[in-house]
Amino acid sequence: MSRYVINRVFWFVPTVLVLIALTFLILKFTPGTGVISAGTQSITQQQIEALEDRYGLNDPLPVQFATYVRNIATLDFGESFQFRPQRVNDIIGRTLPISLQLGAMATAFALVVGITLGVLAAVNQNGIIDYISVVTAILFYSLPGFVMGFLLILVFAVWLPGRGLDLGFNVGGLQSWQDWILPTVALGAAPLAQIARYTRSSMIEVLKSDYIRTARAKGLSERMTIYRHVMRNSLLPVITLVGPIFAAVGTGSFFVEKVFNIPGMGPFFVESIISKDQPMVLAVVLIYGVFLALMNLLVDIVYGFVDPRIRY
Amino acid sequence: MEQTQTGPGGTVALAPDETVTRNQNEGLARLANKGLPRQRSLWSDAFRRMAKNKLAIIGLFVVSLFTLTAIFAPWIAPYGQSEVVDPRLARTGPSWTWPMGLDQNGRDIFSRLVWGARVSLTVGLVAQTIVIIIGVTVGALAGYFAGKTDTFLMRFVDVVYAIPQILLVMIFLNLFGPGLQNIFIAIGLVAWVTEARLLRSQFLSLRESEYVSAARISGAGPRRIIGRHMLPNSLTPLIVAATFGVPTAIFTEASLSYVGVGIMPPQASWGQMVGDASVAGYIQTAPHMLIFPVLAVGLTMLGFTFLGDGLRDALDVRGER
Repeated sequence: MSRYVINRVFWFVPTVLVLIALTFLILKFTPGTGVISAGTQSITQQQIEALEDRYGLNDPLPVQFATYVRNIATLDFGESFQFRPQRVNDIIGRTLPISLQLGAMATAFALVVGITLGVLAAVNQNGIIDYISVVTAILFYSLPGFVMGFLLILVFAVWLPGRGLDLGFNVGGLQSWQDWILPTVALGAAPLAQIARYTRSSMIEVLKSDYIRTARAKGLSERMTIYRHVMRNSLLPVITLVGPIFAAVGTGSFFVEKVFNIPGMGPFFVESIISKDQPMVLAVVLIYGVFLALMNLLVDIVYGFVDPRIRY
Repeated sequence: MEQTQTGPGGTVALAPDETVTRNQNEGLARLANKGLPRQRSLWSDAFRRMAKNKLAIIGLFVVSLFTLTAIFAPWIAPYGQSEVVDPRLARTGPSWTWPMGLDQNGRDIFSRLVWGARVSLTVGLVAQTIVIIIGVTVGALAGYFAGKTDTFLMRFVDVVYAIPQILLVMIFLNLFGPGLQNIFIAIGLVAWVTEARLLRSQFLSLRESEYVSAARISGAGPRRIIGRHMLPNSLTPLIVAATFGVPTAIFTEASLSYVGVGIMPPQASWGQMVGDASVAGYIQTAPHMLIFPVLAVGLTMLGFTFLGDGLRDALDVRGER
C-alpha cells in the first residue's frame, strides 16, 4: 500500500513539471510578448522595450525560467501585463473563490443527482424510469457546456418569462442566489450524465452477482439487499470518476462562466490567452494543472484504501 | 468482405465450380443453407444489430444530414459565407425569405449555418485523422514492443493525459495563432493520447494471443505482424473511439470559436455564431440569432453520440465511455 502511494506521489511531480515547462516554452516561442495592455493607445518602441526589460523578458531563457520557478515557489506571479497595475495574485485571489464555489456546487449537484438517477435506473432496469434517465444522460452528456448554458438561458430566462412565467432567472451575472442555479446545472450536466451511466452499469453488474442471489435467497428484504450489498459494492467504482469530473468541471468552467457572465477565473484565462498576458497564463495553467493532478492523485489513493481488492 | 470467408457454406455458395451443373449447384446451396448457418461477416452482423437500434438510426440520419450539408454547402446555402443581405435589416427575425433570420451584420443565418457545417466537419475529420495517425503509431509501438519502449512512451502519454486537453489546445493555439489549419494541428497534437492508450492496451493483450505467436514463429517481422494481424484485430475499438473523437474535435472547435480563439471571421463557425449572438442585449431582443446555432451544435453532438453508442453496442466493444 505505502509503495503504491509513494509511486503515485512520485509521478505527480513530473506531471506538474512537464506542464510548467511546456507552458513556459510555448509562451516563449509565441510571437509577441504581450506587454502592451489592451487599452493602450499610443506606445513607443522605447516604452515597449522598457517594459520588456522591466519584466525581464530580454533575459536569456534559462534565467527567465529560473525566475519563473522561483515565483512559483514563493507563490508570487508578479504583475499582469493586461490588467496592469493589478497583480496576478490579486486577480486570482478575487476570481478563484468564485470558480471554486461554482465548481463545488456543480460537482455536488452532479454526484447527488447522477447517483440517484443511476440507482433508480438500475433498480427499475428496462422500465420507464430507466428509459428516461438513460435518455437524459445521453442528452446531458453530448451537449457542450456552453450549449447547455444557452439552452437553459433561452428556456428559463427568455422563453418562460415571455410566456408570463418568471422564475427570477437572469440572463447572466451574480446578483441573487437564483443566479447560481442555472450555471450550476449547466456545469454539472455532463459529469452528472457520466455518473448516472456509470452507476447504472455498475449496479446492474452487481445485481447479477452470486452474493446478491444469496442475500435474496436467505430472505433479506429487497430494500436491505439494495442498501447493504448492492449500493456498497457498486458505488465504489464511481469514486474513480471523481478525477475526470473535476477535470470536466474545471475546464467546463472556462465556457460556462463566460456564458453566464460570472467573474470567475475562466474568462480571465481566455482573455489572457488572447492578449498573451504571460504571467496570467502561466499562473492559471499552473493552478488548474496542479489542482487536477492533485485531485487525480487523491482519488487514486482513496480508492486504493477503500477497495481492499486493489493491490499494487 | 464475403469473399474472404472460408467455410463449407460460404465457399460453395460464392465460388460455384463451372463444371457443376445448375441443379447440383442448387442442391449444394440448399444443403449448405440447411445444414450450416450462413456465414456472415462481422460487419453485416454489426449492421443488422444496429438497424434494430432506433437511437443509432436517428444518429446515423443526423450525421448523414450534417455530412451532406457540409459537402453540398455551396448548392444549399442561398447566400455566401459572409455575404451581407442588407445591413439595415440586421437582427431581423425568421421569415419566409430568411427562415432563420438575419444576424447582427444583416447576414443570412441559415446560409452561415450551412457553411459552418463545412468548417465543423473539416475540423472533425482532419483533426481525427491526425489523432489516429499519431495515436496509432505511438500506441502500436508501445503495445508491440512492450518493456522499456512501452514504459518510456507511456510515461509521456500519462503526463500529457493528466493535463486538461482544452487547456493544452488553447496554449498551442496561442503559439500557432487562430485559424482553421492551426485548430487541426492543435487538437491533433493534444488528443492523440486517448487513442494511444487504447491501442496500446489492445496490443498488449493481442501480443499474447496464439495467432500472433504463430506469425512470429513463422518468421514474420514486426511490420507484418502489426499491419497484418494486430491492427486489423484492434479495428473495432478504434472505430468506436473515432466516432466519439470526431464530435469531440467539433465540440472543441465550437468552444474555442465561441470564446474567440478559434475560427476567425469572416469564416463562419457555429461556435463563433453563438459567441456573436450572446452579446448582452441580443439574447432578449434577437434570440433567433442564438437559438439556431445552439441547436445546430447540440443536434450534431447528439447525432454523433447516438451513432457512436449504437456502433459500440453493435460491434460489442467494451469502452470506457
